[in-house]
Amino acid sequence: MGWLSLAIWTPIAFGALSLLLGRQGQQNLVRWLALAGSLIAFLVTLPVVFGFRTGTAAMQFVERHDWVERFNIHYHLGVDGLSMWFVPLTAFITVIVVIAAWEVITDRVHQYMGAFLILSGLMIGVFSSLDGILFYVFFEATLIPMYLIIGIWGGPNKIYAAFKFFLYTLLGSLLTLVALIYLYIASGGSFDIATWHKLPLSMTAQTLIFFAFLAAFAVKVPMWPVHTWLPDVHVEAPTGGSAVLAAIMLKLGAYGFLRFSLPIAPDAAHKWAWLLITFSIIAVVYVGLVAMVQKDMKKLVAYSSVAHMGFVTLGFFIFNDLGMAGGIVQMIAHGFVSAAMFLSIGVLYDRVHSRDISAYGGVVNKMPRFAAFALLFAMANCGLPGTAGFVGEWMVILAAVKFNFWIGLLSATALILGAAYTLWMYKRVYLGPVGNHHVEELSDIGAREFLIMALLAIATLYMGLYPKPFTDVMDASVQNLLQHVAQSKLR
Amino acid sequence: MESFGWATLYPEILLLVAACVIALVDLRVTHKHRTLTYVLTLLAIGAASLIAGVQAASTETHYGFSNMVVSDPMGNWLKCFSGIAMMVTLVYGRPYAADREMTRGGELFTLGMFALLGMFVMTSGNNFLVIYLGLELLTLSSYALVALRRDDGTATEAAMKYFVLGAMASGFLLYGMSMLYGATGSLDIGQVIKAVSSGQIRHQVLVFGLVFIVAGLAFKLGAAPFHMWVPDVYQGAPTAVTLIIGGATKLAAFAMLMRLLVEGLLPLAFDWQQMLAVMAVISLVVGNFAAIAQSNFKRLLAYSTISQMGFVLLGLMSGVIGGNASSAYNAYSSAMFYMVTYVLTTLASFGVILMLAKEGFESEEISDLAGLGQRSPLAAAVLSVCMFSLAGLPPLVGFYAKLSVLQALITTGLPLYIGLAVFAVVLSLIGAFYYIRIVKVMYFDAPKLPVLAAAPADVRVVLAVNGALVLVLGLLPSALMKLCADAILRTLGS
Repeated sequence: MGWLSLAIWTPIAFGALSLLLGRQGQQNLVRWLALAGSLIAFLVTLPVVFGFRTGTAAMQFVERHDWVERFNIHYHLGVDGLSMWFVPLTAFITVIVVIAAWEVITDRVHQYMGAFLILSGLMIGVFSSLDGILFYVFFEATLIPMYLIIGIWGGPNKIYAAFKFFLYTLLGSLLTLVALIYLYIASGGSFDIATWHKLPLSMTAQTLIFFAFLAAFAVKVPMWPVHTWLPDVHVEAPTGGSAVLAAIMLKLGAYGFLRFSLPIAPDAAHKWAWLLITFSIIAVVYVGLVAMVQKDMKKLVAYSSVAHMGFVTLGFFIFNDLGMAGGIVQMIAHGFVSAAMFLSIGVLYDRVHSRDISAYGGVVNKMPRFAAFALLFAMANCGLPGTAGFVGEWMVILAAVKFNFWIGLLSATALILGAAYTLWMYKRVYLGPVGNHHVEELSDIGAREFLIMALLAIATLYMGLYPKPFTDVMDASVQNLLQHVAQSKLR
Repeated sequence: MESFGWATLYPEILLLVAACVIALVDLRVTHKHRTLTYVLTLLAIGAASLIAGVQAASTETHYGFSNMVVSDPMGNWLKCFSGIAMMVTLVYGRPYAADREMTRGGELFTLGMFALLGMFVMTSGNNFLVIYLGLELLTLSSYALVALRRDDGTATEAAMKYFVLGAMASGFLLYGMSMLYGATGSLDIGQVIKAVSSGQIRHQVLVFGLVFIVAGLAFKLGAAPFHMWVPDVYQGAPTAVTLIIGGATKLAAFAMLMRLLVEGLLPLAFDWQQMLAVMAVISLVVGNFAAIAQSNFKRLLAYSTISQMGFVLLGLMSGVIGGNASSAYNAYSSAMFYMVTYVLTTLASFGVILMLAKEGFESEEISDLAGLGQRSPLAAAVLSVCMFSLAGLPPLVGFYAKLSVLQALITTGLPLYIGLAVFAVVLSLIGAFYYIRIVKVMYFDAPKLPVLAAAPADVRVVLAVNGALVLVLGLLPSALMKLCADAILRTLGS
C-alpha cells in the first residue's frame, strides 16, 4: 500500500471506526479517537510532501491496480505539482476541524467525527485520482457526508440548504459522467486520464465535453452565476462544515479544470476562455460588491470566497505560467485563510449565538488575543503582503495585466473591494466600545481555540513570507500543462 | 434417442416436491411463527438455489424435455439469485406476517415456494407455452398472497386490481404468442427465431404479435404506460408480499424478457427496441415525477420501481444497432447487472419497512421514518445506503448499474441514444430529490416515535449483510459484473 492509499484510507478507516464504536455517552472516547485518526492521517501525508521531487511534471507516488476489469477501470493514484499540496492541506484542515469541534459539538459526536474523517479521505482521493471513474466516485461520494453534516448539525434553515447543495452539485456532476463515458468510448475503452490528455477530438466534441465538465466544476468552485448555493449553505452549515467546504471542497472544482477541462479540451478552452474570464471578473468585482452589503458575517465571508475563487479561474484561463501558478497558490492560500475566517466566526458564534455583524462591537476589549488573530486573518483575506492571501492574488493580477491591461485593472479592484468589506467588518465587530451586554460577557479564547488559531496563523504567515516551496513544487507541472494546452488537439 | 434431461429441472423438481411436503407438514404445525415450516422452506429454497448456482457455474447450455426447457448460465444464475431473494424475503417477512395473523396456516411459505417454482419455470422455459405456464403459476400464487390478509380491505382491493389487470396482461401475452404460433408454426424458441429470421413471414403479422407480447411483458415488469397496477398493489399488499412481487419476481420477469424478445425475436429487434425506448422514456418521466408527490413510502418505492425499470429498458434497447448485434452482449449484461443490483437494493429497502412495522402499525408513511437515525441506527444506515444507491450515487452499487447502462447507450454512438442518456441522467437528478428526502426524514427530523425494540436476530443479521452488500458491491463491483457478462456471453453465444 502506497503513501497515497494510506492518506486516503487512514481517515476513512478511523471515521468508520468512530461511527461503529461511538454511542451517546462515549463522546470523549470518540473525540480522542478522531483526533488520533486525523493526526495519523496528517502524518502519513508528510512523506508525500517531503518525498516529492520538484522539477518534474511526472506523476509521483503512482499506484495502479485493476479495479473493475469489465470497464477497464483502475485504482490509479498519483500526484504531480498541480495536486500535491492539496493532500496535506486536506489532512491539516481536518485536524483543525476535529479540534475545533471538541467542546462545541455535543450531539451525535461519533457521527460528526465519522463524517468529517470520511470526507477528508474522499477529498484526498479526488486530488490523487488518475482514473476518470475513480475521480468521479470520490468526487460524488463527498456529497453524502457533506449533505449529512449540513443537515444534521446545521442552522435553522439547514434542510433547504442541504437539498440545495446536494441537487446543485449533483446536476453538474451527472453531466460530467456522460462526458466521462463519451471519452471512454472515444479513447477506445480507457478511463485513464493521461490517455485522454493525448486524445485528438473534433471541435464539436471538445466543446460539448468542455461544457459538460464546466457544469460540474463551475458549480463546485462556484463561479458566478451558479454561486448562489454557496452563501445559503455556508450560513446553515456548522462551523467545521463551512471551514471544510471553503477550504477544500471548493478546490475540487478548480482542480477539475486543471486536470480535465484544460488538457482534454484545449481548443475549446481557448475558444471559450473569454466566457470564463468574464465570469471570473464578474465574480471578482460584482460579488465583491455584494459581499460589502452583507449583514451576516458568514454570508460576507461566503461571498468573499466566491470573489477569491474568481481569481483562481481567472488565473487559469489567461493561459500563462504566472496566472496558472498564481491560481493554484491562491487555492492553497484560500484554504488556510477561509478556514481561519470561518473558524473565527465559529468562535464568536459559540459564545453569542449570532452571526449578525450588528450584534457585536468592541470584541477586542474582551477578547484581545482572539482579536489579534482575527486581525491577521482579516489582513490575509484582503491580501496584505506578507500573508498567504497576497501571493496568489498578486501573481494573478500581474499575469492579468500582461494578458490585457483592462482585465488586470478590473481584477485589481478586488484588492480594494476585499480590503473594504473585510476591514469594515473587522471594524464593526471588533473595534470601538463594547457594543452590548453579550459582548460584555465574552471571555477570551482558551488553549484549544488558541491552538487552532495559532496553527492557521503560522501557515498563513509562512506561506506569505516564504512561498517558494509552494511555487517550486508546481513549477514544472504548470509549464508542462501550459505547453500541452498550447498545442491544438483538433484532428 | 434424446435423453430426457432431468438434470435441467433439478431445482424445479426439488421445489415442487418440497412445497407439497411442506404443505402437508404444516398441517401438524401449531406454532404462531410456524418455525418448523419456516426452517424447512428456507432449507428447500436454499438447496434449490444452490443447485442452480452450481449448474450456473459449471455447465454450458443443456436442453431437456424435448427442448421444452433449457439450462443455461443466465437462467441458472437468475434462478439462483431469485431463490436467494425469496429466502431473504421470507426472513424479513416472517415476523411481520406472524403479527398480522397471516401465518395461521403456512400459506406464506408454501405459496411463496409455488411462486418461486413459477419463476424458475419461467426462467428455464425454452418454449413459449412453458414460459407462459411458469408465469401463470407465479401470478396465481401472487394473487393469493396479496389477498392473504382476508380481513384487510386495502389488501383485498389490491388483490382484485392485481388479478384483473394481471389476467388482462396474461391475455395479451397469450394472444401475442398465438399470433406468433400462427405465423411461425412453432412455440419452440429456437424454431421461432429460425422462422422469423428466414424472412418468409409477413412482417405485419409478426409485428402485430410482437406488440401484444411487449405489452404483456411491460405489464408484468411494471413499466409505464402499463404500470397502473404497480402503486396500488405495492401499497395495498401486505409488505412481505409486496417484497415477493417487487423482489425475486423482477429477476424472473427479466429472464422472460430475454427469452422472448432476445432469444426468440432478435431479428425483430428494430421493432421492439423502439417500443422499449418509448416505454423507457415514459417510465422515467412517470416514475420520477409521480414519486415526488408521495407521502406513503411503499407507494414511493412503487414509483421508484417504475423509473428504475425505465433504466433496465434503456439497457435492453441498446443491444442491436442498425442490424448489428455486436454490442448486444454489452447491453444485455448491463441490463442484467442493473436488475440484479436493483433487486438487492429493493430487498433491503423493504426489509427496513418490515422491520419497523409492528403489530397494528404498518410504518409505511414517510413521516413514520422521522428520526430513525436515532431510533434504530442499523435500519437508518441500511435504508440510506439503499436510497443513495437507487439515486445512483457512488460508491454504491446503483452507480455502477447506471454507469453500465449509460455506457451501453453511449457506445451505440447514435445521437438519439446519447440524447436518451442525457435525458435519463437529468431525470435521475429529479429522482435523487425524493431519495435524499428519505435520508433527510431519517436523520434531520426529530423522532416522533419511541426507540424501537430490537428485531429478531435473523432479521438483523440478514439486513446488515444485505445493506453491507449494497456498499461492498459498490466498492468492488467487478465480480458481479463479470458474472453477469459471462452469463450473457455464454448464453447468447451458444
